[in-house]
Amino acid sequence: MAVRTLSHVDVYAGYPEKKVTLYMLMLGFFALLLGTFFGPLQALNYGGIDAYPLLKPLVQSYYQGLTLHGVLNAIIFTQLFAQALLVYLPARELRMRPNMTLAWISWWMAFIGLGIAAIPLLGNAATVLYTFYPPLKGHWAFYVGAAIFVLSSYVSIYLVLDLWRRWKRANPGKITPLVTYLSLTHWLMWFLASLGLVVEVAVFLIPWSLGLIEGVDPLLSRTLFWYTGHPIVYFWLLPAYVVAYTILPKVAGGKLISDPLARLAFLLFLLFSVPVGFHHQFADPGISSGWKFFHTVLTLMVAVPSLMTAFTLAASLENAGRARGGKGLLGWIRALPWGNPVFLGPTLGLISFIPGGAGGFVNASFPLNQVIHNTTWIVGHFHLQVATMVTMSAMGAAFFLIPHLTRKPLVGIGYARASQWLWFIGMNLMGFALHWMGYLGVPRRAHISEVASQYQGAAPFMALNAISGVILFVAAGFFFYVIFATALQNRRLPEAQTPEIPFTEVVSGPEGNRVAQLTDRVGFWFAVAVILIVVAYGLPLIQMFTSLNPVPGMRLW
Amino acid sequence: MQDNHKVVEAYERGWLIFGLAMILVFIVIISYTVLNRGETISRGAGQIDVATVRTTSPFANPRVEQVGGEYVAYVQAFAFGYLPAEIKVKKGVKVTFYITSPDVQHGFYVEGTNINPQIIPGEVTKLEYVFKKAGTYRIVCNEYCGISHAQMFGKIVVEE
Ligand code: HEM
Ligand SMILES: [Cu+2]
Ligand SMILES: [Cu+2]
Repeated sequence: MAVRTLSHVDVYAGYPEKKVTLYMLMLGFFALLLGTFFGPLQALNYGGIDAYPLLKPLVQSYYQGLTLHGVLNAIIFTQLFAQALLVYLPARELRMRPNMTLAWISWWMAFIGLGIAAIPLLGNAATVLYTFYPPLKGHWAFYVGAAIFVLSSYVSIYLVLDLWRRWKRANPGKITPLVTYLSLTHWLMWFLASLGLVVEVAVFLIPWSLGLIEGVDPLLSRTLFWYTGHPIVYFWLLPAYVVAYTILPKVAGGKLISDPLARLAFLLFLLFSVPVGFHHQFADPGISSGWKFFHTVLTLMVAVPSLMTAFTLAASLENAGRARGGKGLLGWIRALPWGNPVFLGPTLGLISFIPGGAGGFVNASFPLNQVIHNTTWIVGHFHLQVATMVTMSAMGAAFFLIPHLTRKPLVGIGYARASQWLWFIGMNLMGFALHWMGYLGVPRRAHISEVASQYQGAAPFMALNAISGVILFVAAGFFFYVIFATALQNRRLPEAQTPEIPFTEVVSGPEGNRVAQLTDRVGFWFAVAVILIVVAYGLPLIQMFTSLNPVPGMRLW
Repeated sequence: MQDNHKVVEAYERGWLIFGLAMILVFIVIISYTVLNRGETISRGAGQIDVATVRTTSPFANPRVEQVGGEYVAYVQAFAFGYLPAEIKVKKGVKVTFYITSPDVQHGFYVEGTNINPQIIPGEVTKLEYVFKKAGTYRIVCNEYCGISHAQMFGKIVVEE
């Protein structure tokens, strides 16, 4: 038995949930560190510069790196951030402790699942990209590891449901507190959304990769994948919205304008996130134009809660700027705390979300989609959304969460600030370049530096893309330095100085508000969401399941 | 503060009405284009047995046929190329494409046009297009299909 020295104080004694949250968060940022490493190399590729021969012994091909980039960033990092933030924040808000055994089980499942999937990924045995479309066939360990990883999120769903139920029992008739409500709807949405992926992997891909079944139907697999694949972007986005609604106004020095509107936005996400996946299959044969059109309409409806969010947040920031003494039409903008990295991350992310969202309207427009389907336009679009808005909100959150969880003060605030500006500039430049290249027809997911002379027409934008990759490399270096130097240092603040979570206050609250009361009937809305999904997916899925056309797997990398 | 609150609510209502109106306009435009210009969008033309794509009609013999005054093209997208290697048609004449894959998923993006279907093994994609300008159009595979994906090109020659 080791003897506890006095200097080794247990910071988690009163708050064991802090430790599991920190582990989730840091595992997520570790995944982001590895995944992001390939980003600048991809940007160079799209600038016609091929760095991959240099990586040869470790990374076999461009596509292996791209698989790691997509999986680690878009699947691993995003889910772990949600599991860290949206279990911890409701627990803090309700002043309750989540079930600690289960909380650790969720961490271990994520960790083990990641470890199992990592082996074939690093060994070039599952170079199938993060969408793993059959009949490209990866090693079974990839699908098994991914399944365990995703199932760990079901434990998080249960943890929040359990917190909410306990709170409701202790506070009958009261309206769910805001952060808890937002987290709860997020997790319920994810439960409905994840079912497609779970069925695809558990029923088809795992038995197939183990050799138990001969083939799988590629169209059905795509449909199940995109059933989850669109709402998954809201699964990534909503934690960022939680930061924007419940933390950012306070950090900016003001209040959230409207609590009921925040609830309404999240409720609309619960209803409309899932039944829209065909908008990723506009170009697919085997789905009728009528169904594609129906999903187009529903997709446009999901823009509504984001439009609401844009308004509420802009109004809340104006409220903050004026509270800080900003005057005139635009003076409030200057008055905002631009020196605070916690403010910078989500705010610069939100600004990038505006062009990102506008491009989304193009993608969602069924006929227009043909112009940009599978071009770098799409990559430009989602780097403004997930790699900027979501990732920068997570970065901003890390700047207060890590000090809050560990009592270790933030190291290198100048680097933190610089990382956010550089990330913002780099991503917007890259987004611009990728959109243009895509409009000119440059394909995504292509090792085009092998054949760079084939895309002369897009040369200026390709050069810009390479430059933004370098900027982003520096930005990422600064960011990871700050958070790992902060988390790994030995300094700790005294207990009395633990940084608080900056939960925001609201101008108009939920009490006596009709909308807020209606939104609180969570079970009812969940049922409505299920019905919408059955309407939007029932018939096409029945049709596909009853006319399966299995195709054998292949390894072509 | 109370007055200010009212102002914010009014702006908010305006913004939401603007947003919904915008979405409505989009839906109208989209419906119009789908109904009147929808033939370039990929449609299903039935399932096919992947094992026999290369040995049975019509894809065993990838070709462009003249049927009546129009063209019908049967195309294989495979790792890593297209058959026929060169699709020859005349400008201003409607071409109906039937495309499938004997192996994995591919793209069939024809540069300078709106032709951009997903090619899925086991499914036949159908679309129609009229080339208005003569010249050589490149086909680019824009769905990851394996190690030589970036080098997968095809060619359509449109003659006067
Ligand atoms: C240094 C920052 C980054 C750079 C320079 C970068 C660059 C790129 C580029 C150029 C591509 C296109 C590759 C291709 O289509 O062949 C790409 C793909 C992708 N990136 Fe990033 N990225 C960065 C960070 C991120 C982050 C933070 C996320 C998500 C949280 C992300 C998610 C993705 C995803 C999901 C893909 C698609 C992978 C696929 O098509 O299979 N990236 N990235
Ligand atoms: Cu989508
Ligand atoms: Cu390809």
